Amino acid sequence: MAKQLMKGNEAIARAAMLGGLDAFFGYPITPQNEVPEYLSRYMLEEGKVFVQSESEVAAINMVYGAAAAGFRAMTSSSSPGIALKQEGITYLCGSELPCVICSVMRGGPGLGSIQPSQGDYNQATRGGGNGDYHVIVFAPETIQETIDIMKEAFDIADYYRNPVMILVDGLIGQMMESVDLTRPVKKRFLPEKDFATTGTNHHNKRNVVNSLYLESAELEAHNLALKKKYDKVIINDTRYELINMEDPDYVIVAFGTMSRVCRSAIETLSEKKIRVGIIRPISLWPFPNRAFETLEAPHLKGILVVEMNLGQMLTDVIVANNGKYPIGFYGRAGGVVPDPSNVVDAIVHFKDLVVK
Amino acid sequence: MCKAINIRVAGFGGQGVMMTGQLMAYCATYENMFSLWVPSYGPETRGGTANCSVIVSTKTIASPVFMNADVLIAFNLPSLTKYMNMVVDTGVILYNSSMIKDPVIKQGIKAFGIPVNDIAIGLGTIQVSNMVMLGAYMEFSGLFSDQTVEKVLEKFLGEKKAHLLGINKQAIQAGREAMIAVKE
Repeated sequence: MAKQLMKGNEAIARAAMLGGLDAFFGYPITPQNEVPEYLSRYMLEEGKVFVQSESEVAAINMVYGAAAAGFRAMTSSSSPGIALKQEGITYLCGSELPCVICSVMRGGPGLGSIQPSQGDYNQATRGGGNGDYHVIVFAPETIQETIDIMKEAFDIADYYRNPVMILVDGLIGQMMESVDLTRPVKKRFLPEKDFATTGTNHHNKRNVVNSLYLESAELEAHNLALKKKYDKVIINDTRYELINMEDPDYVIVAFGTMSRVCRSAIETLSEKKIRVGIIRPISLWPFPNRAFETLEAPHLKGILVVEMNLGQMLTDVIVANNGKYPIGFYGRAGGVVPDPSNVVDAIVHFKDLVVK
Repeated sequence: MCKAINIRVAGFGGQGVMMTGQLMAYCATYENMFSLWVPSYGPETRGGTANCSVIVSTKTIASPVFMNADVLIAFNLPSLTKYMNMVVDTGVILYNSSMIKDPVIKQGIKAFGIPVNDIAIGLGTIQVSNMVMLGAYMEFSGLFSDQTVEKVLEKFLGEKKAHLLGINKQAIQAGREAMIAVKE
């Protein structure tokens, strides 16, 4: 099919529908408003569920209910709104309910600003909920990639019975780009949702969706089962891209919008005879440690982490690098989007940016 | 076209800045190029200056943001003042000479004043002044055929505003002619 020009948020909404979205619950917040706006029109046309809830907390709990009943449910919000959903997210993980959460990041902390940011890396990958849990987090860099991952997200969520988060910044939400909605994505074999509370139909077997285990041995067994599942996610669904990684002088680590900015920067740098590669994490959790474990570059002077925050993914890179190469950091916050010339300068002045 | 063209469009809110940029992005997509449109969506858009950037390219677009534009389209003086030093040395500036008189622009940069307000008023409505500018840019750059822009406009205006297609097309033609005139 021919390409069409689409706004990021609308593309997220359309791709969710293509991925089989049954029910959407959300509360308005800039810069993700076009997601619910779009769905409010088209979900009803297709006889699906759209609810503008009374709050973010209500929305995530409605997602819990719909997911427990076996439907493909989704919510979408931005930074302070995702903060409010944290309780619901840990409950979804504890009850092993599949769903998709779309997070369109803006500046923080607190109400912050409505400008683009990557300040919720920790919020997405660590989370503010309680207990041993993980959300599978994907951070696409283009609207096309956002569509492709969104289309696959419900399958991944169903496969692991776990929430999947699509994490983009406000720029990806607000900009328009030429995209192809028809690109094929990976399909998985999915088991019946035998956990779903769809009524007993006069049988005795009752499904209870719950995250409460009062016996410590029982809860530990549940925790270990979850751990086993998360280990499987790490092995099968860690995603990253290596760009220009043949014998680099420097390696940049960047995700989302920043990795695109860095792509332009390394072209300029190659004109200056500085060879720079990029490790682009696509899944933020699981973080692509293996890209660093297998990193062999005889002329590598260091690794530069570039983020639209003041150093959140940096921690994961320090751990993954394990002291092998010097690490530098360049970050902008508050809604400032660095342009390629800023990244070029950061590489040129790498020595000044090395973190202790 | 061998590299991406970075275009910045700026003016007052209400001058059709966003629409001009969006139409370029739609036209590029229609002609099977890659395109990307980024609006400014902050508080500065309310009553103040509005701006957007468009990138048009024959290959995949890397950075969605840029510091210096290849092309600046300025609809008013504050926009020209704010952005004229953020244009590459070999860049081009198209400005609305109905509102900007004899600007001082850095040497080496090609600058063309198009009286888009006056031309639009001559056609019957100031509301198509942005289309005059779009026509002028199409004439200058050779980007987008008349057929493309007509198809895109038809879809953009929809059924409700279909009656406005004619005046918009006229404005684009008038813009083309104005560009030919100032180029000579």
